Amino acid sequence: MNILVILFPLALGLGLVGLLAFFWCMRTGQFADLEGPGWRALQDDDLPRSPGRPAGTHGPQIDVP
Amino acid sequence: MSVKQDLSVFVRHRDGNVAGMELAVDGIRCAGCMQAIESGLAREADILSARVNLALKRVTVEWREGALRPETVIERLSGLGFKAYPFLPSAERDGASREEKRLLRCLGVAGFAAMNIMLLSVSVWSGNSSDISPVTRDFFHWLSALLALPTAAYAGRPFFESALRALRAGAVNMDVPITLGVVLALGMSVVETWNHAEHAYFDGAVMLLFFLLIGRYLDELMRRRTRDLAGNLAALKAETATRLSASGETVVVPIAAIARGDLVLVRPGERVSVDGMVESGASDIDQSLVTGETAPISIAPGASVYAGTINLSGALTVRVAAAGGGTLLDEIDRLMAQAVESRSRYVRLSDRAARLYAPLVHATALATLLGWIAFGLAWQQALIIAITVLIITCPCALGLAIPAVQVVAASALFRQKVMLKEGGALERLAEADTVVFDKTGTLTLPDPALVNAGSVAPEVLRKAGSLAAASRHPLARPIALAAGNLRPIEGVREHQGLGLSALCDGVEMRLGSVGFCDAEVAAAPVAAAFPTASLIAWRHGEASAVFAVDQELRPDAEACVQALVRLGLRVLILSGDRASAVAPVAAQLGISDYKAGLRPDEKLLELDRLAAQGCKVLMVGDGLNDAPALAKAHVSISPISATHLAQASADIVFLGDSLAPVASSLRTARQARKLMLENLWFAVLYNAIAVPVAIAGLATPLVAAAAMSGSSLIVTLNALRAARRSGAPR
Repeated sequence: MNILVILFPLALGLGLVGLLAFFWCMRTGQFADLEGPGWRALQDDDLPRSPGRPAGTHGPQIDVP
Repeated sequence: MSVKQDLSVFVRHRDGNVAGMELAVDGIRCAGCMQAIESGLAREADILSARVNLALKRVTVEWREGALRPETVIERLSGLGFKAYPFLPSAERDGASREEKRLLRCLGVAGFAAMNIMLLSVSVWSGNSSDISPVTRDFFHWLSALLALPTAAYAGRPFFESALRALRAGAVNMDVPITLGVVLALGMSVVETWNHAEHAYFDGAVMLLFFLLIGRYLDELMRRRTRDLAGNLAALKAETATRLSASGETVVVPIAAIARGDLVLVRPGERVSVDGMVESGASDIDQSLVTGETAPISIAPGASVYAGTINLSGALTVRVAAAGGGTLLDEIDRLMAQAVESRSRYVRLSDRAARLYAPLVHATALATLLGWIAFGLAWQQALIIAITVLIITCPCALGLAIPAVQVVAASALFRQKVMLKEGGALERLAEADTVVFDKTGTLTLPDPALVNAGSVAPEVLRKAGSLAAASRHPLARPIALAAGNLRPIEGVREHQGLGLSALCDGVEMRLGSVGFCDAEVAAAPVAAAFPTASLIAWRHGEASAVFAVDQELRPDAEACVQALVRLGLRVLILSGDRASAVAPVAAQLGISDYKAGLRPDEKLLELDRLAAQGCKVLMVGDGLNDAPALAKAHVSISPISATHLAQASADIVFLGDSLAPVASSLRTARQARKLMLENLWFAVLYNAIAVPVAIAGLATPLVAAAAMSGSSLIVTLNALRAARRSGAPR
């Protein structure tokens, strides 16, 4: 049963890491907005704008879903 | 209109030469709006970052110091199609969010410790029924102690501090038995572990703290939601004042930037946004929101004006008041202080339960100790049994019984756009048996409307409406609105204190006071038909007409009063307006009990008289003159259009033109109170079963843990019914 002396502190340490992560989330304001980030993941702001439609072009601009 | 604006008070300066501002934005509804704002602002070179908080409907914008004027941010947002209002972070809100963060941290720590100790405890319990070696058990117990003691010292502070405060004040609240239970359980467990005993109660103590912190946090969360929304609404109201600088320049600044002694310009038709003394100019002032009196009063240099009143006819310069004695505001301040003091004597349901509960539990524990000693048990063992009695009776269910119901009921109300300032308001609301209404702005709509539209020819209304559209005068607005907001005709001249005139088809057309339009003959029957209304006359050559503009009853005032009567409440009106204006309203609503022409202190006396008769008064009001009465009454409700002070002193605030929230929140409150009492009775029942088990010495830590979580679960599930029932059709 001596293995417990290692295993339990290990388990506690892992729990403690979780607790510290929770504190870090609080301090950096991860809980300030619980709605927005979910939608933000769906935004395509990391893609370059489509080359066929340079800014300022007039005419029908239909977004393909 | 090119008015210079100055919003620099809202800007926050950070390290690294960065300036930032928080804005409440009207009309953020979905993720699309969020993206439109963020990408729209990101295109601007000057703006470093813009981040939308979708839950709070706010935007935080940052830019390099000096690169941008804060007004430009608002312009750019309006260019994107969103109306934004700067947001002033207040110290009070910061303090409250710090308290909330602290509770959340305590909750996190207690949760972490409770889970880990439970892990150790389950091993010990299962080991106890098989073949755990005493050395391993001791090791597990010491490990539990290592977790539990620091956790209790950290996460238990909210309870320990509150218990100490109560004891210092010579009172008992629910936190006293909680503190005693936790401290004794931990102390006993350490001694037991030292003696290599089979049972330790570290798990029970920490789990108790964890469950109770959940209740505490829920309570705080409910209040935060109200605070956030109220903060947005305050920003959306965007109260500004026109400041006159020494050089004669006028700048529009937010109210927050106005200091005592500033000179402020108030144009005709504007709402006065400060309290102060008139320096120059003469005008008529509509004080209905402040005193309840609907007839305008004349004002001259040296007179006092109050925020919330409407300047009707002439431009005024107002010196923002230093605290001069004897003003209405001082008087109201003094009355408020008294009123709040009398309110604070109310004892909350949970504290009343604690008063009954604490002595009973402590007496039972003592009796157990003495009983077992008399029965011949060693005193150490008797003490252990007595402490288990304390632990098992520890009010876990009691601690959750009330906050859980409050949170569920408050969310149900929130969906109906009713906001609670504090959870205790629900209990007091449920007890109310008398409703006192203020008239002006509460039973009636805050803005006046044209009441005789039916008896005026449409052609006349159209002409008068196009003339009225040129003016910002509060009596002209309803006429312009009734005519359908037409385009103003050209060449309108405004005659100060008299009315408007313009040439129409070569003949002068006038709209204004009855004398200005020579319409005395036509005015007499209208005045007789609408005794409380303000009259506006119209003349075009030979033709003339008279419009009656009056405060209209809220659309469902009658239904609301009837609903309240059906709920078994007595309904009264206490108004600051004259009797001739109150009587018809009371008659229309079928209220026989009304008093008119009351000053703020007379309203308080009236409430005192009702309280002396044993009535629990629900006060519904919105004016500055109602503020002390709102603070004094057993419980109070205000519409969100109310003056600042009235809003601040009411327990409950509701949005919208309808009065229905008064009756519906009363129903929800009664339902919530019923559930709270059910929960308290459940806690009694639980104790009736658990205490004999503990007295018999059979309460092992396993029994305590099962009983504690089981009872908390049942109480929470019962609380969920508060939302379901109140959402049912009425």
